[in-house]
Amino acid sequence: MTNLAELAQPHAREAAPHTETLSGAEIIVRLLERQGIRTVAGIPGGPILPFYDALSRSTRIHHVLARHEQGAGFMAQGMARVTGQPAVCIASSGPGATNLLTAIADAKLDSIPLVAITGQVPQALIGTDAFQEVDTYGLSLPITKHNFLVSSAAELLEVLPRAFEIAASGRPGPVLVDVPKDVQTERISITDWPAPGTRQAPSPAPQALLQAAADLINGAEKPILYLGGGVVAGGAASLAVQLAEQAELPTVMTLMALGAMPVDHRLSLRMLGMHGARSTNLALDECDLLIAVGARFDDRATGQVAQFCPGARIVHIDIDPAELHKIKTAHVGITGDTAQVLQALLPLVEARQRPAWLARIDQLESEHPFPLPEDSHDPRSHFGLIRTVAACLDDEAIIATDVGQHQMWVAQAYPLRRPRQWLTSGGLGTMGFGLPAAIGAALAEPRRTVVCFTGDGSILMNIQELVTAAQEDANVKIIVMDNASLGLVHQQQTLFYKERVYASRFQAVPDFVQVARGCGIKAVDLDKSANPCADLLQALSSHGPCLIHVSIDLAHKVWPMVPPGAANRDMIG
Amino acid sequence: MTTQTRASAVLEIDVNNHAGVMAHVVGLFSRRAYNLEGIACLPVGDGRHSRIWLKVMEDERMPQVLRQVEKLEDVQGVRLHGGDHPVFTGLAAHFRQDG
Ligand SMILES: Cc1ncc(C[n+]2csc(CCOP(=O)(O)OP(=O)(O)O)c2C)c(N)n1
Repeated sequence: MTNLAELAQPHAREAAPHTETLSGAEIIVRLLERQGIRTVAGIPGGPILPFYDALSRSTRIHHVLARHEQGAGFMAQGMARVTGQPAVCIASSGPGATNLLTAIADAKLDSIPLVAITGQVPQALIGTDAFQEVDTYGLSLPITKHNFLVSSAAELLEVLPRAFEIAASGRPGPVLVDVPKDVQTERISITDWPAPGTRQAPSPAPQALLQAAADLINGAEKPILYLGGGVVAGGAASLAVQLAEQAELPTVMTLMALGAMPVDHRLSLRMLGMHGARSTNLALDECDLLIAVGARFDDRATGQVAQFCPGARIVHIDIDPAELHKIKTAHVGITGDTAQVLQALLPLVEARQRPAWLARIDQLESEHPFPLPEDSHDPRSHFGLIRTVAACLDDEAIIATDVGQHQMWVAQAYPLRRPRQWLTSGGLGTMGFGLPAAIGAALAEPRRTVVCFTGDGSILMNIQELVTAAQEDANVKIIVMDNASLGLVHQQQTLFYKERVYASRFQAVPDFVQVARGCGIKAVDLDKSANPCADLLQALSSHGPCLIHVSIDLAHKVWPMVPPGAANRDMIG
Repeated sequence: MTTQTRASAVLEIDVNNHAGVMAHVVGLFSRRAYNLEGIACLPVGDGRHSRIWLKVMEDERMPQVLRQVEKLEDVQGVRLHGGDHPVFTGLAAHFRQDG
């Protein structure tokens, strides 16, 4: 109530600043409220209990009780990925903190803004191997953008806004704030509150570099625009499409950038790299200029680096200066915010058409059509299922995946058409990402339908969050593509280990429909369905969580593929 | 790894002075399997800042590592010196085998 009254009379408050005496825990809650945080996910435990006690009195923050801290971490990621704003997850010390680590590392590799708050044993006990003490600061150091161990309640006033600022500024990333219990209970008086931490304005790129980049684009005969996750993070997707249209640039996307340009746009060559279309990789092989925007030349995208775009000059635009020249030396490297740079570049780039280059790409596409299997119109086949789901939904839907063959099939076949529509664990490739990330997305954008394509291996890694989905009535549709195997491992063993299939076929498999119902959510088994299309539509269009189970033939592989270590032009399948 | 003979270099790094800073800076090198030949660190001025001196063998990863060091939140500035910088030659007396 105090908060609302304060908000209603901002001037009164400024005129007569009143001093409050608050605990560190209350300060964290207040700072989160002031930061605009309305939903947090976490699990309590002893050393974080003062914070939870303070949180229980907040009328503004909804706490989502996850069932595993990794789930809480991925829920926060789901919120951050769909909104672009830092999201918050909370854990206790020791096992709570270690359980969070995978979700934090995942956020680091995909540049997702996250603020993780962990409880720590009281400062007097740090270093004594106290109950549930781990060196959370040390453990999180290499997997965060930055981390803090807070030593006083007063320090919280500086650290928390700073944590949000760091998470959101430049190349976004996760920040961990470890708060000893005695810091949470320490009481101090406060008169002035710090401003919430916000994204710092990036500095503009030098005009000379922009001109040099424009000259290369204007002079190129066979250019390709290469979009990465930085285009999504920088809010630069529509500018990238504008640039592509203006200079008629065929455009490839990384796994992280899918949807930055609608994948069925006339200039889209969809995903490049390991599981991209052969014609896309062959076009890259022939290009004379590669314009990389917010992309980092990841090995899954480039294949053998020395053979990647061998004849191309490179323009590289990225907000992180350490990405320039890291893998490939750029002819023009521009450090800057992707949206700002593209905005400044557009007036320097000539409008032109490239009929010969587009004709060459058309030719590559007709010579190397995408290898669609025969059953791809059957809604109970892998591609048929993905296409039927897409046909049931519009572009407002959010599509999350887990990790494995199903992830690559969705990346290849789903018509992603807008930035932030697509949530997938790209850099770390974390099985277990899908369900909690989808729940987080549904919490942040409750009016959207969130689909999570998952595998029977991945879903089991965070299946406990089905209960959280039920508890929150999250509008998530979990599609289990069940091949009773760790499909992608099975594929690798089949192709590269002389079919010595080992530890990749499940000896025991759960009844996913029963499991879902047992967790309190609806479930439908398309295997047993008389009319699978109708049942799918029904499941997707009614509100609330629902699990949809479909058996998938293990014989299906992710084709085509670049064998590990090979050049992208040497695809198989 | 490169087989050419490598020159040594000395890095002078200005940082905020708190308990985690050494771990951040040194960890960045060790995570890249980049060996540090020498480390020296002392507070500067009123003690809110410190200066870390590192001696490294220069190789082709050096520019990338430097850019990563510059990105650390607690790092204010990095300067690169030749391997003969006196900061470590002065310390050499304390590192004789016979003590
Ligand atoms: C946490 C984690 N452990 C192991 C792996 C290695 N891995 C990659 S894909 C995969 C199999 C995934 O199986 P499933 O979720 O059933 O998907 P499918 O490939 O069958 O579609 C495994 C084990 C991983 N990516 N993440």
